[in-house]
Amino acid sequence: MPEMTATTDLSSRYYVREHHPENGTLLGFWIYLMSDCLIFACLFATYAVLGRNFAGAPSGAELFDLPLVALNTAFLLLSSITYGFGMLSAYAKKQRAAIGWLVLTGLLGAAFLFLELYEFSHLIHEGYGPQRSGFLTAFFALVGTHGLHVTFGIVWLVTLLFQVGKHGLTPENIRRLSCLSMFWHFLDVVWIGVFTFVYLMGVLP
Amino acid sequence: MHEPIETSTSLLFGRLGWNAIPFHEPILIYTFVAVMLGGLAVVGAITKFKLWGTLWRDWVCSIDHKKIGIMYMILGLVMLLRGFADALMMRLQQSIAFGDSAGFLPPHHYDQIFTAHGVIMIFFVAMPLVTGFMNYVVPLQIGARDVAFPFLNNFSFWMTTMGAVLVMASLFVGEFARTGWLAYPPLSGILASPDVGVDYYIWSLQIAGVGTLLSGINLIVTIVKMRAPGMDLMKMPVFTWTALCTNILIVAAFPVLTAVLGMLGLDRLFHTNFFTNDLGGNAMMYVNLIWIWGHPEVYILVLPVFGIFSEVVSTFSSKRLFGYTSMVYATMVITILSYLVWLHHFFTMGSGASVNSFFGITTMIISIPTGAKIFNWLFTMYHGRIRYELPMMWTVAFMVTFVIGGMTGVMLAVPPADFVLHNSLFLIAHFHNVIIGGVLFGLFAGINYWWPKAFGYKLNVFWGKISFWCWVVGFYLAFMPLYVMGFMGVTRRMNHFEDPNLWIWQQIALVGALTVACGIGAMLMQFYVSVRDRKKNLDVTGDPWGGRTLEWSTSSPPPDYNFAFTPMVHDNDTWADMKKNGYQRPLRDFVAIHMPKNTGAGFIIAAISAVLGFAIIWHMWLLTGVAFVAMMAAIIIHTFNYKRDYYIPADEVTAVEEKRTKLLEAHA
Repeated sequence: MPEMTATTDLSSRYYVREHHPENGTLLGFWIYLMSDCLIFACLFATYAVLGRNFAGAPSGAELFDLPLVALNTAFLLLSSITYGFGMLSAYAKKQRAAIGWLVLTGLLGAAFLFLELYEFSHLIHEGYGPQRSGFLTAFFALVGTHGLHVTFGIVWLVTLLFQVGKHGLTPENIRRLSCLSMFWHFLDVVWIGVFTFVYLMGVLP
Repeated sequence: MHEPIETSTSLLFGRLGWNAIPFHEPILIYTFVAVMLGGLAVVGAITKFKLWGTLWRDWVCSIDHKKIGIMYMILGLVMLLRGFADALMMRLQQSIAFGDSAGFLPPHHYDQIFTAHGVIMIFFVAMPLVTGFMNYVVPLQIGARDVAFPFLNNFSFWMTTMGAVLVMASLFVGEFARTGWLAYPPLSGILASPDVGVDYYIWSLQIAGVGTLLSGINLIVTIVKMRAPGMDLMKMPVFTWTALCTNILIVAAFPVLTAVLGMLGLDRLFHTNFFTNDLGGNAMMYVNLIWIWGHPEVYILVLPVFGIFSEVVSTFSSKRLFGYTSMVYATMVITILSYLVWLHHFFTMGSGASVNSFFGITTMIISIPTGAKIFNWLFTMYHGRIRYELPMMWTVAFMVTFVIGGMTGVMLAVPPADFVLHNSLFLIAHFHNVIIGGVLFGLFAGINYWWPKAFGYKLNVFWGKISFWCWVVGFYLAFMPLYVMGFMGVTRRMNHFEDPNLWIWQQIALVGALTVACGIGAMLMQFYVSVRDRKKNLDVTGDPWGGRTLEWSTSSPPPDYNFAFTPMVHDNDTWADMKKNGYQRPLRDFVAIHMPKNTGAGFIIAAISAVLGFAIIWHMWLLTGVAFVAMMAAIIIHTFNYKRDYYIPADEVTAVEEKRTKLLEAHA
C-alpha cells in the first residue's frame, strides 16, 4: 500500500519515538533559592527601615562585638571552601574524602551557629532581646533567619551523609549534594550581606 | 456577645477551651450541624461503595498532574460555595440594617465574615482554580507526560488544601480575623486582636503559601525544561505563556507574603516590634510589604485567565490568534509592571506628590498592554467563523465587563481622585468588576472549554446558558449600585446605615447577589445533568471544539502518560497544523513509558503541618513541638525513598491505544 506509507511518513514528522527531557532539579532548586533570597530581601529592607529606631536602647555600635563576628564570618566562609572541596571529591568519586570534607563543613557550620547563639543569649541576658526596640527586632529577625537556615542546612547535611554512606555517590546523590552546595554557598553570600550591612555599617558612628 | 477567651494557657490545650466553640451563635451551630450531616453522608457513601481504597490510592496519593488539577478545581469550587455564602450574608445584612434595624449579624460576626470572604475568594477559590488549570493544561499543551516534580505537585496541592482546612476550622473552633483580608496592623496586632482570629489567618496563609510557591517553581521548570522538541518559546501556546509569567510572579511575590506574615506572627507571639506603635515599630512597612505581594497577586490571578480567553477566542473563531507576538510581549510587560504599582493601594499614606505621581503613572501604563490584548481578541474574532458555544459566551461577557472594570481602575489610578474614592464602595465595585468579570468569567470559560478533555463529555448547554445569564446579569445588578454608592461617599465594611437614600441601592445589590446565587445553582445543576447524561454528550475524538493546541491531539480523558509518543512541534498551533497536514496517529511499535510513582508522603507531611499550624494558633506548645519534630521526620524519611518511578510496559500502552483506535472506528 504505497499510499499508506506516504501518510505515515508525513505523520511521523509529528512525533519522536523516544524523548528524555532534561532533569530540572538544579534549575528548580536555584529558583527556590531566589525565592528565599526575596525573604532575605524583605528582612534587609525591614532592617533598613527599623535599623535606626533604637527606642532608647543601645545601638549596634554599642552592642556588637566585632572581633567575635569576624571570627564567626571566617568559620562560615571556610565552610564554603570545605564544601567546595567536598564537591570536587564527590565528582572524582572519592567517597571517603567527600564525606570527610562534608563532616568538616558541618562542624564549621555548627561552630558558626554556636558563636551566633552565644551572641544572642548574651544580648538577651543584658536585656536587649528582640522585644526591646525596632532595631533589635529587625536585627534578631535578619540574623536569626540566616541562623535558622544554617541549622536546617546542617540537618540536611547529616541526612545526606547517611544517604551517601548507604547508596554511594550515585547520580541522584550527586544531584542532592549539588543542591545543598548551592544552598550552602547562598547562605554564605547572604552572610556577607549581613556582615557588611548590619555589623560593619552598624558600628559606624 | 462573645465572652473573652481565656488568657491563661495550659501546656496541653494552650488557650483552647470549651468557650472557643460558638454555642451561642445559632447561625454557626446550624451550619455546623449541616456540615456534620453532609460530612457523615459523604463518609457513609464512600464506605458503602467501598471507595476508601480508590480514593486514597488513585487520588490522595496521585502525582498525576491531571488528577491533581481536577482536585484543585474541586477545592476551588467547594470553597466558592463557602465564600459566596459569606457574600450573601453581607448583602442581606446591608440591605436590612437601616436606621433602627441592626440586621441579623452583630459587628463581631460581620467583621469575620467580610474578612473570611476576601481571604477565601482570593486564596482558596481563585488561586486553586487558576493553579488547577495550569496543572491540568500546561503539561498537555507542551507535550509533556507530567510536571517536572510530580511529588512536589501533590504536596503543593495538599498544603493549599490544609490552609483551607484551617480557615474552615476557624468557623467552628474559635473565630476568624476581624481585620479585613489583608490584616493591617496595628488592628491585627496582639493588643487590638488578642484572640485567635488573626492567628488562623496567618497560619492558614503560611501553609497554603508554601504550596503555592512550590507549585510555582514546579510549573516554571516544567515549562522551561519539558517542552516537546521543536516548541521554542515563541511557539508555545498563549495559555502556557501566561502560565509561565504567572508562575514567575508567584515565585517573585509569595516569599514577600511569607516574610511579612512571619513578621506579624512574631509580633503577636513574641511581642517583637515590627509593626507596633511604640518601641520603634512601623505599621506602614507592613502595608508596603503586603501590597508588594498583593499587587502581583492580582496579575497572578488574571494572567492565566487572559491565556484561557486567548485559547477560547482563537478556537471558536476557527483561526489563528491575532497578534501572537504582541500578546506575548503584553504579558511580559504586565508581569514586569505589576511590581511597580503597589503603592497605588495606599496613595493616602501621604508619600508626597512625586511618589504618588510615579505610582499613578505606572498604574495607568498597565492599561496599554491590557488594551492591546483586548484588541488582539477583537481582531481574532474579526472575519472569524465564530461559534457561540459557552466558552465563547463567557469570553464576550468578559470583554465588555472587564473593559468597564479596567476603566474604573484607571480612574482610581489618578491620586487626587483616589483620595476621594479610597476605601469607598467604588473601590469594592472596581475590584469585583475585574475579578468577577475577568478572573471568574475566564475560569468559567475554561471549565466549559476543558471539561470534555478532562472527563470525555461536554457540559450541558441549557443549564450552562442559564448559569451564564444569571451570573452576568446578577453581577451588573450587584455591583453597579456599589459604584453609585461609592460616588455618594459610602465607605466599605459597614454593617449598618443611617441614610435612607442608600436603601434602594442596597436592595438592587441584594437582588443582584440573589441572581448570582441562581447562577451558581444553575452551574451545579449543569454539572449534575452533564454527569447524568454523559452518554449523550460523549466526546470520542478528543477534539470536540476543533481545537488548535496539543491537548486536543490526545484522547479525552487523556491516558496516564498523556502521549504515547512525544509530539514534535513545527508550528504555533501545533494540532491545527497536524490536522491540516493529514496527521494519522501511530498505531504500533509502542515502547515502555517512564512514569513517576504515587506516594502518600505529600498528604502526610501536609496534614502534620496543619496540626502544627493549629497548635501554634492555640498556643499548644507541647503539640507544636511534637508536630514540628514529626514533620521534619516525615520529610527526612521521605528523602530515603529512592524508588520513585516505574515503567508502563509497552503492552499496556498498546492496549490503551488499541482501545482508542477501536472507539474512533466505532464512531467514524
